[in-house]
Amino acid sequence: MAAQIFSAILVIIIGVGGCVAYFWGANRALDMIFPSRGVTGGAAVDNLRRQGLIRPWLFIGPALLILTVYLIYPVVQTVILSFQNRAGEGFVGLDNYVWAFGDREFRSSILNNLLWLLIVPAACTFLGLVIAVLTDKIWWGTIAKSLIFLPLAISFVGASVIWKFVYEYRGADQTQIGILNAIVTFFGGDPKVWISLADWNVNDMFLMVILIWIQTGFAMVILSAALRGIPEETIEAAVIDGANPFQIFWKIMVPQIWGTIAVVWTTITILVLKVFDIVLTMTNGQWNTQVLANLMFDWMFRGGGDFGRGATIAIIIMIAVLPIMIWNIRQANREGGR
Amino acid sequence: MAQASGTAAGKSFFGRFGVHIAVLFFVTLWTIPTLGILVTSLRDKDQIIASGWWSAFFSSSQTENARLPAPNTAVSKDGRFVLEGNLFAEPGEKRITAFGTRAVAPTEYEAGAVADLGDGETLQINEDGSFVAGYPEAQTSERGRRVYFAATVPPRFTTENYQTVLFSEGIGRSFLNSLTVTIPATVIPIMIAAFAAYALAWMRFPGRAILIATVIGLLVVPLQMTLIPLLELYNGVGNLFGVPSKTYLGIWLAHTGFGLPFAIYLLRSYMAGLPRELMESARIDGASDFEIFIKIVLPLSFPVLASFAIFQFLWVWNDLLVAMVFLGSGSDQLVLTGKLNALLGSRGGDWEILTTSAFITIIVPLIVFFSLQRYFVRGLLAGSVKGG
Repeated sequence: MAAQIFSAILVIIIGVGGCVAYFWGANRALDMIFPSRGVTGGAAVDNLRRQGLIRPWLFIGPALLILTVYLIYPVVQTVILSFQNRAGEGFVGLDNYVWAFGDREFRSSILNNLLWLLIVPAACTFLGLVIAVLTDKIWWGTIAKSLIFLPLAISFVGASVIWKFVYEYRGADQTQIGILNAIVTFFGGDPKVWISLADWNVNDMFLMVILIWIQTGFAMVILSAALRGIPEETIEAAVIDGANPFQIFWKIMVPQIWGTIAVVWTTITILVLKVFDIVLTMTNGQWNTQVLANLMFDWMFRGGGDFGRGATIAIIIMIAVLPIMIWNIRQANREGGR
Repeated sequence: MAQASGTAAGKSFFGRFGVHIAVLFFVTLWTIPTLGILVTSLRDKDQIIASGWWSAFFSSSQTENARLPAPNTAVSKDGRFVLEGNLFAEPGEKRITAFGTRAVAPTEYEAGAVADLGDGETLQINEDGSFVAGYPEAQTSERGRRVYFAATVPPRFTTENYQTVLFSEGIGRSFLNSLTVTIPATVIPIMIAAFAAYALAWMRFPGRAILIATVIGLLVVPLQMTLIPLLELYNGVGNLFGVPSKTYLGIWLAHTGFGLPFAIYLLRSYMAGLPRELMESARIDGASDFEIFIKIVLPLSFPVLASFAIFQFLWVWNDLLVAMVFLGSGSDQLVLTGKLNALLGSRGGDWEILTTSAFITIIVPLIVFFSLQRYFVRGLLAGSVKGG
């Protein structure tokens, strides 16, 4: 254990020291090879120009290297893998894709993912917006916001334990220690094993609640900032014209923060596509709750052991994200003319 | 209806009141689950399964049973044979409200009453657990009678669970592993990203626009896409140099790679917003880009660096997927999230273990979050395109 702490500290020192040494050393070397000070006239101008050509790449080099190794290369490689067989050797064309759309579990995952995509971003954005509007009006709003925001800091696994305890089931003749079943029995109902209710995908809802619980705080904070950016006059004008609170909310506030709502919605959508930990820890895909990210993990690293199929599922997740990615780049290009 | 001032719903007393109620409702809904595991983790192991955590602050009533001493040890007293003693090893804590001699009627007699058990046999059990059993004649049986009783137990809070979990369940070790993963994985990307962000914001070079677009595109790449090739790469490198493929160095670099697009994006947009005059006057004074970055941009960027650090810290600390793929499952590499996941499988019903472990897992992020909330929110607002 002591060795572990020591090596961690050593790595921080080596890592940070190495970065400093690289950036400082590389810049120093550049200044020495093409000196701009202490030389005269044309040579200085020439050297400055050469420095200007090379220095950006010194700055950006390490980041570029890591991005290439850890993101660009793997994405390309995954695309290739998805056309190969289970060992990742022979080319099999579209076989993996054909398999995927014929596979019962895959189709059920797609369906579940669609449900998640429909419900979670909508619920988070809506609840976030409502809470943001409400908390803006009261003196203890900041405290309330902090408390609702808090689950965002909790890991998915931690949240799963928290909610498993909420959903805890014990036989009808025993004392219920899960709060949901306790409430249900208090009102005379029968306790249920909530996460195994596969009819109509009811159990999916109980898993989604966890993500909604985590992400509403995110939506709330972003939307709350956007709401504060709404010019007072527009609301005052509406009040003078006799608009009621609901009209003000729907017709004055919401249209003005439409852009922010879109950002929140898409951000949560991307997150939902990648949702993995919650399903893994709560049900591991049992009772018809499988989602793409967990299915992929199954094929890659557990029982499945088929890299080709795993990669195919990853590609399908990627394709779903692609429109958002393009939209992001466009958006950034539009505002970033610097 | 003319309304003079104030915000939309805040006119009438009822409107104002309704807002408070609604917010209180949401806050309660959002807090209760977390409160549940916090309270449970501090409760006595037996009480956790006997009653819901919400009743932890009140005395709980539970039905217990005990066996009386053997009747043949009864001593003669006033013409009868009598057994005396106390049902509790440590009298004083629990209070008996009722007792009985049959499992189907455990609360047949009130505490303190003398129960007639037939054939002249009597039994009296008092509130404090003391009992008197009387027999008309000497007994030969060596088998003590089983008695049932309802006892109210005062609430008992303890830190025992934390001791168990930290020292004998391996959570302590995993805590350390998590720190070992998280701190370098937070520190390393910051410097690399800061230099790249400066170059993308303030230096002119061919290909810059494409690089910016690439970084933004990479923001939303699902992590899952990268896992198989990276794992193969790691195995390849491991075989080539004869070193294990699952190492801390491997996961530090992986988290650096996954965190970089967001870091560069966040830092670039902040740095690009710094006043142009600042850079230009420094450049006229003969400062190189390196000097401008170190002396002007870096100090000014402190708030956004802090934002990113918090994000990356929370992200890495809370991550399960990357840790499952790039680290082994031995106790020397299992991080908290992985450990908690393993406990969910192996200790599924032991809520004292699970709730306590979960609370230890979330306590660090909560502290970071509450102490640095300002920076966290700032980062969220600046970089809300990141997918998590």
